[in-house]
Amino acid sequence: MNIPHTDQQERNECYHWLSTIHDPEIPVLSIIDLGIVRKVELLSPRADQGIVSVTITATYTGCPAMDTIATLITMELLGKGYKKVEVVRAISPAWTTDWMSQAGKEKLKTYGIAPPDGRFQRPDDGISCPQCGSHNTRLLSEFGSTACKALLQCNDCAEPFDYFKCH
Amino acid sequence: MTNSSLVDFTLYLADSTLVLGQRNGEWCGHGPVLEQDIAITNITLDLIGQARSFYQYAAKLIGNDCTEDRLAYWRNEREFKNGLLCERPNGDWAQTIARQTFFSFYQRELFTQLLNGSDSTLAAIAEKSLKEVRYHCRWSSEWICRLGDGTDESHQRLLNALDNLWPYTGELFIAAQYEKDLKIDTAGMSISWMTALSDLFAEATLPPPSLTSTFMHTGGKTGQHTESLGYLLAEMQYVQRSYPGCEW
Repeated sequence: MNIPHTDQQERNECYHWLSTIHDPEIPVLSIIDLGIVRKVELLSPRADQGIVSVTITATYTGCPAMDTIATLITMELLGKGYKKVEVVRAISPAWTTDWMSQAGKEKLKTYGIAPPDGRFQRPDDGISCPQCGSHNTRLLSEFGSTACKALLQCNDCAEPFDYFKCH
Repeated sequence: MTNSSLVDFTLYLADSTLVLGQRNGEWCGHGPVLEQDIAITNITLDLIGQARSFYQYAAKLIGNDCTEDRLAYWRNEREFKNGLLCERPNGDWAQTIARQTFFSFYQRELFTQLLNGSDSTLAAIAEKSLKEVRYHCRWSSEWICRLGDGTDESHQRLLNALDNLWPYTGELFIAAQYEKDLKIDTAGMSISWMTALSDLFAEATLPPPSLTSTFMHTGGKTGQHTESLGYLLAEMQYVQRSYPGCEW
């Protein structure tokens, strides 16, 4: 393992490792794509005492994946040679889908989940179908298989699909 | 402001969201259709998430190694401060919808006030929760219209539900001592809550609500509950009480 020359390089390396951790409920997205990693602080570089602190924020207050994500972060960074990993959970500022990366939105669409669309302040008819691209769609329910999604159906290709809500 | 008022108020917020969450959770697997089963349990998840945030804050304020689980599982009825509305039984779908509407509209007013309040942790929890509460208000409102302006039977069932639950709403706007200490403006909230409900009821072809028209039950905020709460807590706390400290 190469020891980076600066803290900035080492922090970038941490971000890279964190980008290999995927959301347990939407495995196509990494926690970096989702925008829930808010801060990585090197309290002491790996070559020294090896203490790192990662601040994460929940998408929704009751998101059941947060405990798993915190464990995955700890395991990943311990595995890379840190001796102590702190995972801090922040509430404020509140998570928003604006923090989701463009790459994340593309991945969602390929996966079959319509990405958050800023033109819709709430889940509604007309959100683009991830399968055929049609806007001739209708809202079935504002609540889907996870807290962050709504359920729609395409009137053209008839496929039901999840929509990742703007939040 | 005394620390004990802040603890009591935070527990009131935590207990109310936990108890309503537990009630809604009873619908899991029993919703009228799959989409609505998922909707009500999603709302439950949000409520329990909010409860956890409030309990964690209360535990921190109390100190002495207090934990959120200790507060949720090891207090008795008389120590729970939730509004009476939250513990009322599910009844039929109309009653569950009416209860959720009253509470979500109330949460919207209360959290908006906390957002601008002096306590930064409560403001942060309120900011995050408000995003969720707005969904809950929208979903509940749609159901009030569907039932109120639906068939004769759905209209009648909703009227029955509103009659049943209305006497438990007044308490939300009568300040407990800890709310007075924290300068929570319950009177102001009641006005905007009532305005929003009146608009919704008009759209749903329901008679307008009036807070002065009936006797209002009180006591939940200070630990005097209806008999329903004890049964709910017995079920919710059973595992922790039988196997203290067990985890999965």
